[in-house]
Amino acid sequence: MSSPEFSAGEAPAEKVTEVTGTGIPVRGNDIDTDQIIPARFMKVVTFDGLGQFAFFDQRFDDEDNEKDHPFNEEKYRGANVLVVNANFGCGSSREHAPQALMRWGIDAVVGESFAEIFAGNCLALGIPTVTADQEAIEALQDYVEANPDADVDIDVAEETITYDDTVIDATVHDAQRKALVEGVWDTTALMGANAEAVRETARSLPYVPDEHVPEPAAGDGA
Amino acid sequence: MSEGTLYDKVWDRHKVTELPTGQDQLFVGLHLVHEVTSPQAFGMLKERDQEVAFPERTHATVDHIVPTGNRDRPYRDEAAESMMAELEENVRGSGIDFSDPDSGDQGIVHVIGPEQGLTQPGMTIVCGDSHTSTHGAFGALAFGIGTSQIRDVLATGCVAMEKQKVRRIEVTGELGEGVTAKDIILTIIGKLGTDGGVGHVYEYAGEAIEKLGMEGRMSICNMSIEGGARAGYVNPDETTYQWLKETDAFADDPEKFERLKPYWESVRTDEDAEYDDVVTIDGSAIEPTVTWGTTPGQTAGITEPIPDPEDLPEEDRDTARRAQKHMRVEPGDTMEGYDIDVAFLGSCTNARLKDLREAAAFVEGREVADDVRAMVVPGSQRVRDAAEAEGLDEIFKEAGFDWREPGCSMCLGMNDDQLVGDEASASSSNRNFVGRQGSKDGRTVLMSPIMVAAAAVTGEVTDVREMEEVATV
Repeated sequence: MSSPEFSAGEAPAEKVTEVTGTGIPVRGNDIDTDQIIPARFMKVVTFDGLGQFAFFDQRFDDEDNEKDHPFNEEKYRGANVLVVNANFGCGSSREHAPQALMRWGIDAVVGESFAEIFAGNCLALGIPTVTADQEAIEALQDYVEANPDADVDIDVAEETITYDDTVIDATVHDAQRKALVEGVWDTTALMGANAEAVRETARSLPYVPDEHVPEPAAGDGA
Repeated sequence: MSEGTLYDKVWDRHKVTELPTGQDQLFVGLHLVHEVTSPQAFGMLKERDQEVAFPERTHATVDHIVPTGNRDRPYRDEAAESMMAELEENVRGSGIDFSDPDSGDQGIVHVIGPEQGLTQPGMTIVCGDSHTSTHGAFGALAFGIGTSQIRDVLATGCVAMEKQKVRRIEVTGELGEGVTAKDIILTIIGKLGTDGGVGHVYEYAGEAIEKLGMEGRMSICNMSIEGGARAGYVNPDETTYQWLKETDAFADDPEKFERLKPYWESVRTDEDAEYDDVVTIDGSAIEPTVTWGTTPGQTAGITEPIPDPEDLPEEDRDTARRAQKHMRVEPGDTMEGYDIDVAFLGSCTNARLKDLREAAAFVEGREVADDVRAMVVPGSQRVRDAAEAEGLDEIFKEAGFDWREPGCSMCLGMNDDQLVGDEASASSSNRNFVGRQGSKDGRTVLMSPIMVAAAAVTGEVTDVREMEEVATV
């Protein structure tokens, strides 16, 4: 798959049924979004160029010398399947985190578990967050470490991860699977089609004054 | 499946329809906006040639990058200036109210919403900020969203969500002396884990919660996300209504208050409500609590030993080992006596007037230790003004604290307020992640405002109960 591009007035509805590519392991539980993208790199008004700052403080010391980290290793360059452990992406809601990973080249993340906001942010970018049990994930991490050039195949619809001779029985959250497989993860377009129902809901709430509910615009979905 | 909880009721009232993904489309009653997570969303909106659908249900402020010292424009930090300029252009071009620094209403987004009465029971509230859970203290359904979802809300007034499970967390009994709301939530996260709440919304209840004022309830709901729960709430009651009556929204309009109160009452959790599960915590057993590690779940009571990683569940050992190495602490020790270099009293968790009052009451007549850099960053301009009217600023300054302008400040180090090198900080904020306070070697110990005040005075993590004359406000 390619990164989604949004163009004027047009809703992307790319189907993401499968992601295939080489893997990169980042080990450890509770890796928070401050580690994925430190706050100082968020002083920007676009997401462009964030890829180079992914895991920055884990990758470089104070003198900008490279430290040991998979994102620095030549053998993982070109990898697009990130393999992580438990509660990945906890902490801050910053979409800058999955944006940085996506712009580094990641198209799918496989792990033991994910923080909710992080998984939601990934979905908004068309990036599947696929889970499997600890044993299977650790085996996959070992495999991609030993075989950085080997393909890992994620089947979103079938909920499997395949590498070498192994097929992992994985889980893709129901709504996420549906959204990706059917290409309905652009929620702005989906929800925009229900504008009249939205106005009706708004008018039914005692705390929303009538004047806060906009008049239907020309071309509004009813 | 839960039934009859505030969460169920507020969800149902705001549900527009079910989407093809199986998610529900929820109407958003209040959308709060700040400068860090919104510019890209406004950009996407422009690319799609769309306008803000509900500008009157949207409110902006600036908090993350705003300097807490010299605020003359243009800001000395060019990146901060450009973010501020972008926010100004985006909100003014869309007809969105903006609590900017010239308004006297600026502050941390989770402080200004409640103090202006924007935050009300029974609302759905979102913001591109994980600590949006704070607003649940009022019986609102409030949660953080990512930037693409901000675009959704700007364009449609809605978010796409799946319904979650509801866990009731009942905190029984009476809190001991020197024990605050912050200690309750640190204890909860310590017990249930940083991912214990994933897939859940937390309903906080029980005697210890009901007795808390709104500030304490906000501190607790604020850190729901640190326990993995995207939202947390407390059912609205007389304490809630008293706060609301004094806000801009209702102070001059008692009729509006009476008109909305039946709705607020109607969304309260039913007595025979069903929960997905219930957790009970003995509030009377909670001590002043601090973190010893690098996640908000790595906590210990001030007299409790730091755990040996080998005694922890297998999945927690590696994180604990790395955390103890980073923090330079040893299993078996307590955190009492841990040297600190910085005392930070601020953040959306604990920078409201009551927090400042409690800390000031302790600090009065005492002095910040010689080698400690101590600062107070009020949560908003209104908090700052009110504190100054009571003379709290003088108390802090006389003791040796720096008294600053409001913003997120050293909670996440996006402005000049940062740890340097391997400095250790006693912090009233919400996250002790490695690098969180601006230095990747910095060390953060989370604690309540009065514990920060005590640490500032002694230069080390201190059991506030051991100090003489503990004043309570």
